[in-house]
Amino acid sequence: MKQKILASRRYRKRSRFAEVWHRLIKNKGAVAGLFIIAMLALVAISVKYILDYDTQVIAQHISERLQKPSIHHLMGTDNFGRDIFFRLLYGARFSLSVGIVAVGIALTIGTTLGALAGYYGGATGEIIMRATDIFAAVPNLLMAIVIVTALGANTINLMIAVGVASVPQFVRVTRAAVLTVRTQEYVEAARAIGRNELAIIFFHILPNCLSPIIVMVTLRIASAIIAASSLSFLGIGVPPPTPEWGSMLSEGRRFLRGYSYITMFPGLAIMITVLAFNMVGDGLRDALDPKLKK
Amino acid sequence: MNDQEVVLDIRNLTVHYVLENETVEAVNDLSLQVAKGKTLGLVGETGAGKTTTALAILKLVPDPPGVIKGGSIKVGDKDILGLTKQQMEKIRGKDVSMIFQDPMTSLNPVFTVGEQIAESVLLHEHVSKTEAYEKARELLEMVGIPKFRASEYPHQFSGGMKQRVVIAIALACNPKFLIADEPTTALDVTIQAQVLELMKQLKEKYGTAMILITHDLGIVAEICDDVAVMYAGRIVEKGTLEEVFNRTCHPYTEGLFNSLPNIHRRHEDLVPIPGLMPDPTALPKGCSFAPRCSYVSAACLESQPDPREVSPTHTVRCKAYDTPGFRIMRGQHG
Repeated sequence: MKQKILASRRYRKRSRFAEVWHRLIKNKGAVAGLFIIAMLALVAISVKYILDYDTQVIAQHISERLQKPSIHHLMGTDNFGRDIFFRLLYGARFSLSVGIVAVGIALTIGTTLGALAGYYGGATGEIIMRATDIFAAVPNLLMAIVIVTALGANTINLMIAVGVASVPQFVRVTRAAVLTVRTQEYVEAARAIGRNELAIIFFHILPNCLSPIIVMVTLRIASAIIAASSLSFLGIGVPPPTPEWGSMLSEGRRFLRGYSYITMFPGLAIMITVLAFNMVGDGLRDALDPKLKK
Repeated sequence: MNDQEVVLDIRNLTVHYVLENETVEAVNDLSLQVAKGKTLGLVGETGAGKTTTALAILKLVPDPPGVIKGGSIKVGDKDILGLTKQQMEKIRGKDVSMIFQDPMTSLNPVFTVGEQIAESVLLHEHVSKTEAYEKARELLEMVGIPKFRASEYPHQFSGGMKQRVVIAIALACNPKFLIADEPTTALDVTIQAQVLELMKQLKEKYGTAMILITHDLGIVAEICDDVAVMYAGRIVEKGTLEEVFNRTCHPYTEGLFNSLPNIHRRHEDLVPIPGLMPDPTALPKGCSFAPRCSYVSAACLESQPDPREVSPTHTVRCKAYDTPGFRIMRGQHG
């Protein structure tokens, strides 16, 4: 009997996921985006075993500096003779992890605060929302600059800075979603069977608010990558010689006139990654919206 | 009623909604008792305070703006209004549970129905997840839905089936007391009959006391033992089914019956009660039904009528009975 129950529950979990998945893969853009993200993730994970960081990524070969793209160096070399292609591959590790961890931070803080603000309203909501407004009033990048400067420039602090800077968006999106769900009768019904309030917020209300939040996640990962790159470009992100895409852009700009490929390839990498996340976000939004179900 | 065990005892309950510049007097000085295994029909038009009374029993009156101004509510021997939040959470679903009006929205769309029934079991009984889920499947079968559908989502169920699920959730922990807030309003007539039949069976099987909130007098006649008629936050007439239906005393109750169509007199016009219910933010000083009442006298406008006992189980709030020999018209016909 027990096994039967388990079987039926497993079936259910798969079927819910399968339903959204089914609709998602009908969207060509989303599939392309997913494919790109999957490839990037694969590269980010495997590159560590393929390339030797010390000799192939950060080692300087002055004799090979500023070479044009060729069969030996697919994307050419930079002013220190480092292979740009290898550095790009290794850079995926930093850019992706900064994007994902930063959004993870923003998601955790943002949805919790947003859910509390939306559910309780009143003084609690007012305090949370006004604090959020203050945060949101400072431009994202400026906020991140302040945080990185205060904490010191390294990868972890960069993640925190970019993450904290995108908290307000998550607070707002979650609060708005919670506000519409909180008055539903099933929330009152949950109260009537004796659920406590925190359990109601996190187990009954939040799962019903997931679709805008998931979409927000994919969109914010894209902007977190840009923000991290911008910070690196400004010289306060990932410190050299770490091959972060933004800092590669920044280093290459002095040679923009004669050796534009040094900046072009990292720029393209950022663009394609952001585009991929945006396309998946877009597709997810449609897939999660039951009204668009055919 | 006194010789039986009283499960719900509400005395002088007053609930107001205090808004910024006005106060809605939703429930005023309401007293009622329900004995074990009995069903009380709480009847009244929209806005009479029926749902507020029900929510007050679970201490779920939305606060703010709702304030329980006074009175006492006892479920069994527990004084509801004196309990803390945590104690209250233990009572909800266990001692008192509620069936909501709209089954379409009272189930959470992201959980399977099995999980939702099991949740209540899990909260109040010391059982494992698998046991709770198995009990949920049994409960489903009890309300006439095949067990295997426990793994389906609410949107895969029809309205009547959803209401059965809601009933299963409400009965999951064998509550002493059940509040059914217009359980059949959102359902069509055939499904209504099925759900009522089910509730009747379950009530007989488990001996659960129940308050049935409705504005459908037909449903009341079908399953209630006692009836309380509410008007503008007060109970204007209260008695056994037989007393209220056949020996109606209050002019408002009479008005309710007169506005029902009669199958034997198809060509007769319906007689609605003239006027509207008074604004609950500005209730009149006297009897709140006086402006619409055809038996009104000067005394009615002066002060609130007190409950008057017609028989030990039958009370009515009406000043007209101060005049000896007063009878309402319906009583004379019947």
